[in-house]
Amino acid sequence: MISKFLRGNIALSVLAVLVSFVVGGILIALSDPTVQSSASYFTARPTDLLSAIWNAVFGAYDALFRGSVFNYQAATTTGMFKPITETLAFATPITMAGLGLAVAFRSGLFNIGGTGQIIFGAIFAGWVGINLDLPWILHFPLAVLAGVFGGALFGSIVGLLKATTGANEVIVTIMFNYIAALLLSYFLKTPFLQAPHNINPISKPILASAKYPAFLGPNFRLHAGVFAMLAAVALVWWLLNRSTLGFQFRALGHNPSAARVAGINIGLNYVLVMAVSGALAGLAGTSQILGTEGSLTTGVAASFGFDAITVALLGRNNPFGVLAAGILFGGLRAGAVTMQASQGVPIDIVFIVQSMIVLFIAAPPLVRSIFRIRAKVEAA
Amino acid sequence: MKLELRGITKRFGALAANDNVSLVAEAGQIHCLLGENGAGKSTLMNVLYGLYQADSGQILLDDKPVKFSGPGDAMAAGIGMVHQHFMLIPVFTVAENVVLGHEPVKFGGVLDIAAARKKVREISDRFGFDVDPDAIVGELPVGVQQRVEIIKALITDAKVLVFDEPTAVLTPQETDELMAIMRQLRDSGRAIVFITHKLREVKEVADKITVMRLGKVVGEAKPSDTAEAMASMMVGRAVDLEVRKTPAKPGAAGLEVSGLNVWNHEGQQVLNDVSFQIHAGEILVIAGVQGNGQTELTEAILGTQTKHHGSIKLSGHELLGKTVKQVLDAGVGFVPEDRTEDGLVADFTIAENLMLDRSDRAPFAKRGVLQLDFLAKFAAEKVAQYDVRAQGIQAKASQLSGGNQQKVVLARELSRELKLLVASQPTRGLDVGSIEFVHEQIVAARDSGIPVLIVATELDEATQLGDRIAVMYQGKIMGIVPPDTDRTVLGKMMAGLSA
Ligand SMILES: Nc1ncnc2c1ncn2[C@@H]1O[C@H](COP(=O)(O)OP(=O)(O)O)[C@@H](O)[C@H]1O
Ligand SMILES: [Mg+2]
Repeated sequence: MISKFLRGNIALSVLAVLVSFVVGGILIALSDPTVQSSASYFTARPTDLLSAIWNAVFGAYDALFRGSVFNYQAATTTGMFKPITETLAFATPITMAGLGLAVAFRSGLFNIGGTGQIIFGAIFAGWVGINLDLPWILHFPLAVLAGVFGGALFGSIVGLLKATTGANEVIVTIMFNYIAALLLSYFLKTPFLQAPHNINPISKPILASAKYPAFLGPNFRLHAGVFAMLAAVALVWWLLNRSTLGFQFRALGHNPSAARVAGINIGLNYVLVMAVSGALAGLAGTSQILGTEGSLTTGVAASFGFDAITVALLGRNNPFGVLAAGILFGGLRAGAVTMQASQGVPIDIVFIVQSMIVLFIAAPPLVRSIFRIRAKVEAA
Repeated sequence: MKLELRGITKRFGALAANDNVSLVAEAGQIHCLLGENGAGKSTLMNVLYGLYQADSGQILLDDKPVKFSGPGDAMAAGIGMVHQHFMLIPVFTVAENVVLGHEPVKFGGVLDIAAARKKVREISDRFGFDVDPDAIVGELPVGVQQRVEIIKALITDAKVLVFDEPTAVLTPQETDELMAIMRQLRDSGRAIVFITHKLREVKEVADKITVMRLGKVVGEAKPSDTAEAMASMMVGRAVDLEVRKTPAKPGAAGLEVSGLNVWNHEGQQVLNDVSFQIHAGEILVIAGVQGNGQTELTEAILGTQTKHHGSIKLSGHELLGKTVKQVLDAGVGFVPEDRTEDGLVADFTIAENLMLDRSDRAPFAKRGVLQLDFLAKFAAEKVAQYDVRAQGIQAKASQLSGGNQQKVVLARELSRELKLLVASQPTRGLDVGSIEFVHEQIVAARDSGIPVLIVATELDEATQLGDRIAVMYQGKIMGIVPPDTDRTVLGKMMAGLSA
């Protein structure tokens, strides 16, 4: 059932995105005050309405473009190119976590615990980043490794539970999201992570020696994590297509009983799949805590854990597809702010577009199965 | 109505699935279309039914050329089709299923289900189908579901009825009933096209036989021809329906099963004190009606049964309690009963399926890295050696016919260094040519000097292949007998009466 849901093709993904933007455009037009007022005298001067709609929709999507790709209105060159760096800054954690989920989905495990695994990665990386005093060359890799390890650990517990007790990974990962979030807020209220003399749930700042290099300078949020993201894309592709581990993961995803009969250790592979999946989500956590954020707060995972599910689906669980989808989502995130600021279009429109994408990706199997029933009836 | 297909050619890419195929089916005749899996029979019928458009050729009904752009056209012209996989909606009743797509409506667009039920009952009575219009289709036995399909075709008043491998899913008794139905339909003046690769059925009902091979019509056969002659036409070379093997030269005891008890997940005992030995160079067939513990026995050997007691020794080493991997590494080749479920990963390529059991070791992998060059070479070699018919080693397993899928499984299992071969219903659902091939491989494995365990549910296969036959009934071995034991004796043992 899940595997059917997860299968699709490029055309489907592209169509889902296009249709969602059209629906988004309609909503923008409907919620625009000028459109609403000119609609009241539509029969008298129909062109007013049409130009109002055009202005609203074009204006909004133009702002989205300026906020996410290239700001041709900016005064400085830096300002012009800043939007694309913002897009990439958002895309980095989303893509990393999306890759993790894609690995799990390909292996037949519906891991929706991205949020929890990101948080665990951030806690581990954050603790190392705050508390150790080492030169960058040691401290940074150690902090990243700690984050990756944290995510892997949290993920593999889920795999272990599934392997030993048969627990459903969907339910377990949902519960683990809560556990991770609550644990984080507990840590941030106790001396384990909370900054001394502070009443807010916030940690001490991450030491500079543990951070991803801000290779574009302090004016940009984009950091070297983007290269880690690209490396992760290549690594996941290699893992799935060129390694024994990935081969066994895919065998498990397509046909667990044939895998078992061929001597593949199913239980062990559940643990390994979830460890790899969690490790990538943990990496996303490091990108947040060692890159974008200055210190650990309860909002460290933002909505990236859930965006990652959509991104994995939209990218058809293919590493390069996930990268493309991740950048699209990063762009939506980055552009939404400009859209709201310059056009007064509510930021929720972007969330609606994102949700529509999920809906349209999820719906085609449904639609297709309806059509197949029709075809059968005709055939008989 | 007379159906004529004239010079039909249908290509899928480079492959000519139908190459200038001609065929005439007369009213009041059963016309058998005989051919191995992949011969192009279904493709031809799908062209007739408007599901595919022919690249060239003509369809004539009563000598008038017709063109179908879809199944709707074909149905309207009087062509009915009973597919191998039923096109029924399980939660609907028989009547609802039968009228789907052309629902009779009362005034105001209300579905006239009463009219539908009446029609179903009429047809059912006329042909003695014994189908209740109000039964839920999903709850009916397969044989009855098939009759619902036939009613669907008859309700649109089909004059030409096509049955695509209808017996593949039926029990022997249901098969006999279906043949009786086909005869009745023929006698009512319809033209019947009956697609199959089972020779016994052809000899029983056919009025006329057309044989196809590799997309071409290779000739006609008469029902009075011998099964061997027909099989040779299908396969394109002389075939031997007998299993050819020299007398076994049993060596030392290879596999020793003693006092084996197995319980399933519900805690029921499925194997009860099973003991037997298989010598090196000997085939032991476990015969019996399906579901009497044979599956569990093979699974216990493989290591996928968890609650057990007793011992399974291969060359003196205990297998019981070992993991699947350990058992395979001990030299056990395993051909599972359900090849699509347990034998292959449908979405994997032939090449990938060939390394399913060894993706973690040299020469298929080095330090966790797949050696794809080696795999390509290995797969090409195996595909040639086992004559797997496919578009190439990158073809997905799901695209292969049953026979070719089984060849992939065999190629994989027999390419390891074996000390024991276990094969469960190795020829189930295969065509003649493939059956012969599989039997040859099994005998060859025996002659290489290893013990072979075969599970067979068909008595013919058991007696031909086995050097000794162990009959199982309700988890017990009823007795171990030589293969020339009288069939009635074997039948009694299968029914639980001791010999
Ligand atoms: N839709 C298709 N696309 C490509 N190849 C096909 C398709 N349908 C059938 N074939 C190929 O055409 C050949 C004939 O298939 P088919 O007509 O199903 O054989 P049969 O019914 O005699 O077993 C096979 O080699 C099969 O793989
Ligand atoms: Mg067919």
